[in-house]
Amino acid sequence: MPEELNIGRHVLVPKHEILPKGKVDELLERYKISPHQLPLIMSSDPAAKEIGAKPGDVLKITRDSQTAGEAVFYRHVVKG
Amino acid sequence: MAGVSSDTIRSEVSKLKGELPDSIIRELQGSLLRVGKERAIMREQLEEIIKNARQAYTNAMVEPGEAVGTVAAQSIGEPGTQMTLRTFHYAGVAELNVTLGLPRIIEIIDARKTPSAPLMTIFLKEKFGKSKEKAREFAQKIELTTVEDVALQTETDLINIMFVITLNRSRLQRRGLTPTKVASSIKDTFKIDVGVDGYKLRMKPSTATLSELRRLATKVRILPLHGIKGITRVVVKMEKDEYVVYTEGSNLAEVLAMPEVDRARTMTNNIREIGEVLGIEAARNSIINEAVKTLEEQGLEVDLRHMMLAADMMTTSGEVRQVGRHGISGEKASVLARASFEITTKHLVDACVHGERDRLNGIIENVIAGQPIPLGTGSVELVMRREREGGSK
Repeated sequence: MPEELNIGRHVLVPKHEILPKGKVDELLERYKISPHQLPLIMSSDPAAKEIGAKPGDVLKITRDSQTAGEAVFYRHVVKG
Repeated sequence: MAGVSSDTIRSEVSKLKGELPDSIIRELQGSLLRVGKERAIMREQLEEIIKNARQAYTNAMVEPGEAVGTVAAQSIGEPGTQMTLRTFHYAGVAELNVTLGLPRIIEIIDARKTPSAPLMTIFLKEKFGKSKEKAREFAQKIELTTVEDVALQTETDLINIMFVITLNRSRLQRRGLTPTKVASSIKDTFKIDVGVDGYKLRMKPSTATLSELRRLATKVRILPLHGIKGITRVVVKMEKDEYVVYTEGSNLAEVLAMPEVDRARTMTNNIREIGEVLGIEAARNSIINEAVKTLEEQGLEVDLRHMMLAADMMTTSGEVRQVGRHGISGEKASVLARASFEITTKHLVDACVHGERDRLNGIIENVIAGQPIPLGTGSVELVMRREREGGSK
């Protein structure tokens, strides 16, 4: 692509952020799961790349939801 | 007696944060403030209302062990029986080819590589979107033009082993091209000499054989002169207060890279392409939007949550997967569940060869085995520890 594309601005892309380590443990403890049980996102995913997520990170995704107003979703970053 | 102030309403309602979704809190606060303006709300009444709202929300929640997937499948499937089976439809005056009804739903659920009618909706930056000329100009710029599009006729001269193109003057002018420009782009791509004689172009293949001539002819005909790959037709339409460009064919990455384009709103109906360019979350949103649009267009109302569940399932692995046997259904843990869906023998044979074990944890396996299914009340097992075996009193 000739020009740098800021995809985070697109209406279809919700806010992605890397969850700090402490928060990750809290999350896993709350649902009593291990990271690989979370939904996945590829490290090559444009939205993950944009915020510089590395495999092993957990992303917090804040979606605009028509039913709940705002919904928080988590994805585990895997290599791909 | 005076009722509670609006500040109290706000602070009391905001205590629900974290417990109830934002949209409900906002709605509750809005209605309370409105009513509170007309007549006084007593402290006890406010507490009662909040208590009831919380209770109503808890009652409406899906119970643990509920078969949400099956309910979603049925809720999307039933209206599907009422949809048109006709594939194509020419929408509006612009006559854009769009897929509608059941074929489109199947396309979305199957996560096809390319939809049968790829379509882009390109919004322009304000400077370009407000002016008809600028929007038209942009449309011209992206429409793919091949040599064939500007040719009046093409012929292969078998005696002189020569390929002759007669160009159409008006078609060239409309696209801002000249015979020399066409000739030079042919020259650059195929490294051959092109003779220009008015509106006639003559060229010889590098080796003078008939097969080489035919090969050259087919290649030259489809040589793109300008435009974006994949975009075959462009229509400019006035929508609300701006000009929007619709295209047949889709190439999101390249269109988004163009300076005239509004990068926040431009879209395609090719879900896989969205996944590649904008990421998995955007693909999820797009699955929901496209499906709801298709259902609504047919006058059917399906709860959004069913589509959200389907979209979530399709995107959990980080890439868009279809619902069918190569996707979600094909990855069930149980052999019996997979075998009961499609290609039964293959699954059973593979399972035998690999020595697979079925733990009978799921629904289908247990139906096959004739046991109670682990669903709803069946999903809890009762374990009793008796006192003499070391259990608590």
